[in-house]
Amino acid sequence: MEALLALASGVLYAAGIYLMLRRRLAQLIIGLGLLSNGTNLLIFTAGGLTRARPPVVPEGAATLVQPYADPVPQALVLTAIVIGFGLTAFSLVLAHRVHTTAGTDDIDDVGRER
Amino acid sequence: MIGFILSPFVVAILAAWFVSRFPRRAALLAAWPALLTVLLGSEMARAVSGAGRLIELPWARSLGLSLSFNLDGLGLLFAILITSVGALVVLYASRYIEDHPHASRFYASLFAFMGAMLGVVLSDNILTLFVFWELTGFTSYLLIGFEHERAAARAAALQALIVTGAGGLALLAADVLLVDVSGTTSISAMAAQRASIVVSPFYNAIVGLVLLAAFTKSAQVPFHFWLPNAMEAPTPVSAYLHSATMVKAGVYLIARMTPVIGSTTVWTTAVMVAGATTMVVGAYRSVQETDLKRILAYSTLSALGVLTMLLGVGTPEAIIAALVYLVAHAGYKGALFLVAGTIDHETGTRDISGLAGLRRAMPRTAQAGGAAALSMAGVPLTLGFVGKDAAYEGLLHATDWYPWLLVLMVLASVLLGLSGLIAGVLPFRGDPARVKEVHDPAWPLWLPPLLLAAGGLFVGVAPSILNGPLSTAATAIAGMPVDVSLRVWHGLTPTLLLSLLTLAVVGLSYVFHEAVRARTWKPRHGTEDLYEGALSGLNAVSHAIAPALHSASLRTYVMVIVATAVLVGGAALVTDTGLGSAMPRTSIAPHDVLIVFLIVGGAIAAALAQSTMSAVLSLGAVGYGVATVFLSFGAPDLAMTQFSVETLTVLIYVLVFRHFRGLGPLSSRLVRARDGLIAVVTGIFIGGLLVSVATTETPRRLQDYFAELGPTLGHGRNIVNVILVDFRAFDTLGEITVLATAALGVRGLLRFAATRRQDHYVRLVTSPIFRTAARLLMPLLLVFSVFLLLRGHNQPGGGFVGGLVAAAAFALYAIAFGVHRARQALLVRPLTLLGAGLLIALLSGVPAVLSGQPFLTALWAPGSLPLGTPAMFDVGVFLVVAGVVLMMIFSLAEES
Repeated sequence: MEALLALASGVLYAAGIYLMLRRRLAQLIIGLGLLSNGTNLLIFTAGGLTRARPPVVPEGAATLVQPYADPVPQALVLTAIVIGFGLTAFSLVLAHRVHTTAGTDDIDDVGRER
Repeated sequence: MIGFILSPFVVAILAAWFVSRFPRRAALLAAWPALLTVLLGSEMARAVSGAGRLIELPWARSLGLSLSFNLDGLGLLFAILITSVGALVVLYASRYIEDHPHASRFYASLFAFMGAMLGVVLSDNILTLFVFWELTGFTSYLLIGFEHERAAARAAALQALIVTGAGGLALLAADVLLVDVSGTTSISAMAAQRASIVVSPFYNAIVGLVLLAAFTKSAQVPFHFWLPNAMEAPTPVSAYLHSATMVKAGVYLIARMTPVIGSTTVWTTAVMVAGATTMVVGAYRSVQETDLKRILAYSTLSALGVLTMLLGVGTPEAIIAALVYLVAHAGYKGALFLVAGTIDHETGTRDISGLAGLRRAMPRTAQAGGAAALSMAGVPLTLGFVGKDAAYEGLLHATDWYPWLLVLMVLASVLLGLSGLIAGVLPFRGDPARVKEVHDPAWPLWLPPLLLAAGGLFVGVAPSILNGPLSTAATAIAGMPVDVSLRVWHGLTPTLLLSLLTLAVVGLSYVFHEAVRARTWKPRHGTEDLYEGALSGLNAVSHAIAPALHSASLRTYVMVIVATAVLVGGAALVTDTGLGSAMPRTSIAPHDVLIVFLIVGGAIAAALAQSTMSAVLSLGAVGYGVATVFLSFGAPDLAMTQFSVETLTVLIYVLVFRHFRGLGPLSSRLVRARDGLIAVVTGIFIGGLLVSVATTETPRRLQDYFAELGPTLGHGRNIVNVILVDFRAFDTLGEITVLATAALGVRGLLRFAATRRQDHYVRLVTSPIFRTAARLLMPLLLVFSVFLLLRGHNQPGGGFVGGLVAAAAFALYAIAFGVHRARQALLVRPLTLLGAGLLIALLSGVPAVLSGQPFLTALWAPGSLPLGTPAMFDVGVFLVVAGVVLMMIFSLAEES
């Protein structure tokens, strides 16, 4: 299964990087989104996969019952997801402003003197 | 006492407010340094009676940083000069820069500088001394460049900052070596280890670095050029920084370090040579200038050279002479600077060729200038005379080649006396009838220089009142008891004859001063050319390098970063045999293949999409696929969060992307092929990395730690949530702050857009079925979000996902009924939600602080109810997330 998820995050990275190397603003941001999904998947998988219980202590038990999923990468990924949302929203609006101000969605044209 | 030493920093802030509120009452600010002078004076009395003390306030103990101040004679002598001259300068400035639009900024910088100077001369810790030292450089940058509209002022400020800043770096390096060699950060403790420091292999480096710092700060040749240029500063600043205080910080450093690393051949030679050179160069150049302030600047250089040279000689007599000279110079030079400023203020010029006959129009100013010039020339019964006499005495009684120094000193004294007369007497001489419409200014402009000059005369008549303070100060420098007994009359000694000879030559040369100025050779080049050359060289180098490194093309940066990561990381993957030694543990289920197929397909579709909408939908498919992975592998919290985020993200994408056109290729086939190759190689690297990491055994300490302590310490059974709101709450606080910042950024970007129309709000969907559903779903979603928040500590849920669901509820409502109605339904503004959330999260950390524990330590109420600060924190997270999302969605939807 690890190999399968490795394939998935590899493809996410490849597609993300490919899009970030494009000249269109919209593609840059879509690429960023793919990259952050790929990273979340990478961290989650690297933390160790298990189909077992979530890291929630059952009622009445003193501690987690083995085997359980590792809560540490989950906590890291959870905030990464929400921060990723903030990043996406901000860069989208930034791109939108650049687009309306510069009148183009071609990154190479934005910096050019008019 | 520490409070008083640091008080100027507080006064700096208060002064800015006070001056902007009462611009005509700035003179009152002089009361504070005057009060400090009295306090420091009483400390001095204590030090004279042999009870100097070290006071200490721990600051960062683990770094060996403590605010420790050494109230001994040396430090207090400088400190009293700083506060007393400071009081007079503030008084003077109250009139000099009255009505200046940036007056409050001036006082803030001036008081901050005063605090920094006090820190320099009183610090016992060598690291805090460095911090204060840098602060003086920084505040003097602000003060020299006070009139920042003028390019010359900015250039001079920058030059002073670079030159003295370079010295500051040298001081830091010296500090590091000294602390390393001596094992202590206290200067007084270092003096006790002098023997081991002097023989250490770093000794020469330490001496070089310390002297580099001292010479740049005190403008010794060859670093002297910044001081005359710094005359671009307003005159009160020149009087304060460039004669009485800051430039003497270097002299102070030499004096302070003498018992630690001084009195060796290297030290003595270097200090003496630099001082003597500066003394001669400064005196020579001072008589050539015609600008009053530049005359004074060069003569200050010369005086700094005298002080440095005398400290280099280092005999008890020379040290005494240095201290007397220091006090005398602060008095007459401060007075002369202020007189120059008053003349400039009243007549509008500082050029002596255009100034004459002011004595009748400005009698008080003339008295101050005359008295100061007499002291500077060394007329008997002035403190200047006592100082010069002591210096001659010190050089006369030293051995070896010091007689040569004496000759140079006499020469310099003649020139200095001449330049003093040119600056303090010449403008007032001549035909008074030529002067029209000029008169003595208000008292704050003539009283401070008059007090300074009169002080020199008064102490000159009764110099013995300095005996006590100077004895303790000299003892601190020499490292052995030194007894100072100053007298007006020593009898007919060789030094007296030398003094009288000097005076006679000064008088003679004053008569012929125009001839002297015209006949002397004026160098066209100086070390400033070297400085300029080095600076433009550096600029040329960075101009050559920067365009290649800083191409301003995002794609180049991405390529460089990716290539570096792949090459370095890939090399590690291939060579490290420890990776990938264990076997994968998890088998593949049929539905997993389907999910991975969804993710991979979505990613490829997004990469190749020709329209923005299909790209967004493909990205959404990827997001849901990843969320499903989280769900299948024991992470319901992640799955819930990802599902909500993905929904809201798609909504935001749609809101923005309706403005973008298609995604047809812009670059050539070849470029796309190259990028595709880079992308595929990166993907292979990431895949390989993940396989090898996932199949490497790692220790499980952390997860067991959290699993064990979550229910007991954290009072929660959902370990992920306990980590977020308790164990790593500080982290989470940072993250919600980032989120809030991003939302404010979005709001700001959209607010400045001119296209926003207030009265027009978008209704995206008008289907009655959808509206009815939305009306029913919204309250349900809201209840669900609160439910998620409440159960989050024990079951999957929590503030993050709760906030997202709550935001989704209002977003749904906005889609159905328009943003305006949604805003009404929300009752408060999203900004309020966001702010309240941050505040609640912050406040939840306060009870711990009040009970003496670190910020954000969890505290739980006794009893079975789950009431505790982490629950409160989670409420804050909930509100922030909801506020952030709604702020973004509302402002985006409203933006046409």
